[in-house]
Amino acid sequence: MGMAIKDFLLLLVLFFSFTNPSFSLYEDQVGLTDWHQQYIGKVKQAVFHTQKTGRKRVVVSTEENVIASLDLRRGEIFWRHVFGSDDAIDGIDIALGKYVITLSSEGSVLRAWNLPDGQMVWESFLQGTKPSKSLLSVPTNLKVDKDNAIFVHGKGSLHAVSSIDGVILWKKDFAAKSVEVQQIIHPLGSDVIYAVGSDSSSQFGAYQINVKNGELLKHNAASFPGGFSRELLLISGDMLVALDAATGSSLVTINFQDEEISFQQTDISNLVGDFSGTAVLLPSKLPGMFSMKVDALVIFIRVTDEGNLEVVGKISDPAVVSDALLISEGQQAFALLEHGDGKIHLKVKPVNDWSSDLLKESIVMDRQRGIVHRIFINNYIRTDRSHGFRALIVMEDHSLLLLQQGEIVWSREDGLASIVDATTSELPVEKVGVSVAKVEENLFEWLKGHMLKLKGTLMLASPEDVAAIQGMRLKSSQKSKMTRDHNGFRKLLIVLTRAGKVFALHTGDGRVVWSLLLPLLRNSGPCENPTGLNTYQWRVPHHHAMDENPSFVIVGRCGQSSNAPGTLSFVDSYTGKEIKSLGLTHSVVQVIPLQITDSTDQRLHLVIDADQHAYLYPRTSDAISLLQREFSNIYWYSVDTDNGIIKGHALKSKCIQKDDEYCFSSRDIWSIVFPADSEKIIAAVRRKLNEVVHTQAKVTADQDVMYKHISKNLLFVATVAPKASGEIGTATPEESWLAVYLIDTITGRILHRMTHHGSQGPVRAVFSENWVVYHYFNLRAHRYEMSVIEIYDQSRADNKDVLKLVLGKHNLTSPISSYSRPEVVTKSQYYFFTHSVKAIAVTSTAKGITSKQLLIGTIGDQVLALDKRYLDPRRTVNPSPAEREEGIIPLTDSLPIIPQSYVTHALRVEGLRGIVTIPSKLESTALVFVYGVDLFYTQIAPSKTYDSLTDDFSYALLLITIVALIVAIFVTWVLSEKKELQDKWR
Amino acid sequence: MASSSRSNPVILVLFILSCCGLISLSLAISSGSGDGYTINGRVKIPSIGAKGFGLPGKISNVKVILNGGHKVTFLRPDGFFSFHNVSAGTHLIEVAAIGYFFSPVRVDVSARNPGKVQAALTENRRGLNEFVLEPLREEQYYEIREPFSIMSIVKSPMGLMVGFMLIVVFLMPKLVENMDPEEMRRAQEEMRNQGVPSLANLLPGAARSN
Repeated sequence: MGMAIKDFLLLLVLFFSFTNPSFSLYEDQVGLTDWHQQYIGKVKQAVFHTQKTGRKRVVVSTEENVIASLDLRRGEIFWRHVFGSDDAIDGIDIALGKYVITLSSEGSVLRAWNLPDGQMVWESFLQGTKPSKSLLSVPTNLKVDKDNAIFVHGKGSLHAVSSIDGVILWKKDFAAKSVEVQQIIHPLGSDVIYAVGSDSSSQFGAYQINVKNGELLKHNAASFPGGFSRELLLISGDMLVALDAATGSSLVTINFQDEEISFQQTDISNLVGDFSGTAVLLPSKLPGMFSMKVDALVIFIRVTDEGNLEVVGKISDPAVVSDALLISEGQQAFALLEHGDGKIHLKVKPVNDWSSDLLKESIVMDRQRGIVHRIFINNYIRTDRSHGFRALIVMEDHSLLLLQQGEIVWSREDGLASIVDATTSELPVEKVGVSVAKVEENLFEWLKGHMLKLKGTLMLASPEDVAAIQGMRLKSSQKSKMTRDHNGFRKLLIVLTRAGKVFALHTGDGRVVWSLLLPLLRNSGPCENPTGLNTYQWRVPHHHAMDENPSFVIVGRCGQSSNAPGTLSFVDSYTGKEIKSLGLTHSVVQVIPLQITDSTDQRLHLVIDADQHAYLYPRTSDAISLLQREFSNIYWYSVDTDNGIIKGHALKSKCIQKDDEYCFSSRDIWSIVFPADSEKIIAAVRRKLNEVVHTQAKVTADQDVMYKHISKNLLFVATVAPKASGEIGTATPEESWLAVYLIDTITGRILHRMTHHGSQGPVRAVFSENWVVYHYFNLRAHRYEMSVIEIYDQSRADNKDVLKLVLGKHNLTSPISSYSRPEVVTKSQYYFFTHSVKAIAVTSTAKGITSKQLLIGTIGDQVLALDKRYLDPRRTVNPSPAEREEGIIPLTDSLPIIPQSYVTHALRVEGLRGIVTIPSKLESTALVFVYGVDLFYTQIAPSKTYDSLTDDFSYALLLITIVALIVAIFVTWVLSEKKELQDKWR
Repeated sequence: MASSSRSNPVILVLFILSCCGLISLSLAISSGSGDGYTINGRVKIPSIGAKGFGLPGKISNVKVILNGGHKVTFLRPDGFFSFHNVSAGTHLIEVAAIGYFFSPVRVDVSARNPGKVQAALTENRRGLNEFVLEPLREEQYYEIREPFSIMSIVKSPMGLMVGFMLIVVFLMPKLVENMDPEEMRRAQEEMRNQGVPSLANLLPGAARSN
């Protein structure tokens, strides 16, 4: 009997140990716990393609360097390409009715894409010598040797490119000329093309070029005293308008197609009366007229045939104007959009008649979208042969909307393509009164569902059954409920976008629960060019979790420079309403969330400004008294990458010069200066402050104990040789090295230093528990490498002696002080890794018991889960049986890439920038949120879900087994009864 | 080896695999008229029809990445790609394609000897003298569901439970039957003396401590 139980246990152990430790997924499990959302970013330019019957689409280029073709009916993406980070798109157009042409990289790369499927057709590299304005012009009906030509100006040269195969037909270099080309003009049907521009010294030049061969036909130049601004606006085939450079208070019209270039100057005050501030020309292309922004007014000015200017209309400022659109022979129209009492007013007017409206609509607009930034219009013929218009508008929060017939046909939240920071918030607790757990299914339905599942697992299901099972699993209402769950899977992801908008996404299905455009971070708000920096959890109520809402704080900055004044906005997590906002008088360089909360559960935060003063928030006397208790225990560090200095700081006293009792001055306690000629800081990484470590001790196979050196005050710093700080290919192995440091940020002591010769950055690193893993490039092997450093505390190693433990001579109870000088030993090892890496994170779980996995965002925009056991410095080529039993993997020179362990499976998170892991309440499971241009969320269990039944657990099979066991009991009972009876009769 | 003159930036030699089932990467380096060089190459992906799982093996979704994201380019319909304005030195080209595993390629652009091509796979250090990159492997991102088998039922915890029960019910009496009645009685005697054996005594760790 005993042997049997032993065998049984052994069997069980073996069974579980054979399962693959890596993350893996069946294809039908896609979408059960994960979601993926595709975005494009803020639209810069849009070209409609609606001529043909069939699919109507709009091609857009965005500020995230994305080119995409969208379905005009529903706003879905047909295809999309994300360009490299420094390959910004300058212009797009459609050529030949079937190719999308993109000009990027400052006018040096021209690509053509097949309109239906997004396949690149050709690519041309346009060479030039000096940076200049890049212009793309695709004339519709211009043949050059039976070829439709595209004219591109970039890097100081004008190119004519064949639209069929991208061959450069001719090239005209303007780099030697002093004039910088601002516009290229091709009058309809003519054989000449004009390139016009100005130079710095008020000179205006016009070049007349033969479109067939690029021959310079004529060059006119004239100078205008005082000069004019760089922006030249084309009004008609031979006329431009600009602001004068000297005062900015008068308009200059330039007529260049005659023999002579003539200038005509008109004072703006003559047109609109007195004005203050500056006038700005709006870049809309309108024939015969232009628009200008003066004093919160948009003024439309027509140029008469005699060259005089006259004001035709005025509208109040937050307004946008579209380019002119040819609607029928000789008739052009444009759209203008104004704001008023929560609505937007769209008007479409013919260009030559201001007083009439082709279309006038008012649409209620969500205030959280802010004002309209851009508008693109397109027309269609209604069934009654009148003109209908649709307008694509880009809002302040970067969202994209299509308006048609006075309604919003579709909208896209493309602000989510530019997430700056992310945090999480708990959902409300399920209240007793409002039971959300209504009777979800009756027992019969429940059983039927499980029978279906059982059929699925036994591979007996028909295709319809399979579809039914899949549908049942996906629409499970459990995961998208608005209340907290036992496992802690349902949360709100709070994300801050570059537009200054905050979104709360539900982890269950990724829907937007609420969104808020922060008034302080709006461009149209009180500060100029605000930038959102970070979000922090401000208040997580514990005592009154039922009736108080958690809140978070968003730290921003009024302006781009680091010493610009900061802003704080406090937002309620459940309602998405701003509780209060503060415009700070000081700058924000660093925010330190302290481990102290006040009586109302608000977490104390120290905001460090550019002069290393610390400001305490919340500003209450309660907070001050709490801080005073911990006053001498607050340390922080600052990394100055430009000068190569890392400094440690501590609080000193109250600010002297400032009359602010929440302001504290600091003192420098240590500094490390890296030699500028040999080391340049490229990465500084520390542990996540809220990480939980289960145990300090690590028991090895030979019954030995190693003590991890676990300190929250460790900083990993990587430096490279200044020569090798560029990209790969610019430095030789001899002149490049990479040095890594582990620094104690309390004492400034360098605990470990190591140099990798012949290696260079970029370095991506992650710090957790007592180890750091970093990724860099080895120039000698010409491969990427990943290294691990583990740090152990040697001073506690004596505690292993049992005798000392018994006699009480151990130091386990001695307090740990960061000032003590622990004897540490480090172990490290390195491995090759195939891919470039964009981001590294590590899974974090509630108690830190579950083994860890590294989450590696690769250059292919996928996320690979790699078990930490592969990065263990104790790996050897031939581990002993004892070590094998401990789980040490035999050493290999490169890290394995198992396709099944991609957490993003067959999906791509385009433009991947960051990976966030959040512990759930279930110890085995961590939540992973990946953001870039796309968003991806999933749950992963690094050591399998050992503490819960998996989703596809078959209850029906369990029931059948139990029934079978009961039947067996009865059968055997009856049998034994019979046997007993027979025995008795004998 | 490919060779080209400074004035004529043209790919002179291209080895195109006749076999369509292979992924090939052909590389050629030619000099541009500016200070940079041009790297031309080709990626070939087997036809989509040959693949069982509907992985997006579309050529339009393949990206070619130079030096860890410094430059990104896309493939033309025939699989060609080029990087322009590349400085002399040793560079790294990566191919990102969902469903395929590509080894990064080390490319040496020689300043002294324009047109000199040196490319090697970094994964297995194989030189690309013939400009051919063997397919390293296809990537299968999903576990394949095992078809229903008796073993999977037996191996599941429930199966083990039933199996164990069967052993106890049918095999144990057999064992008892085969025992010598004398021995049996002695064992029963012993048992009565010791009391009921607890599970803890049967565990291997606990046994050692006794």
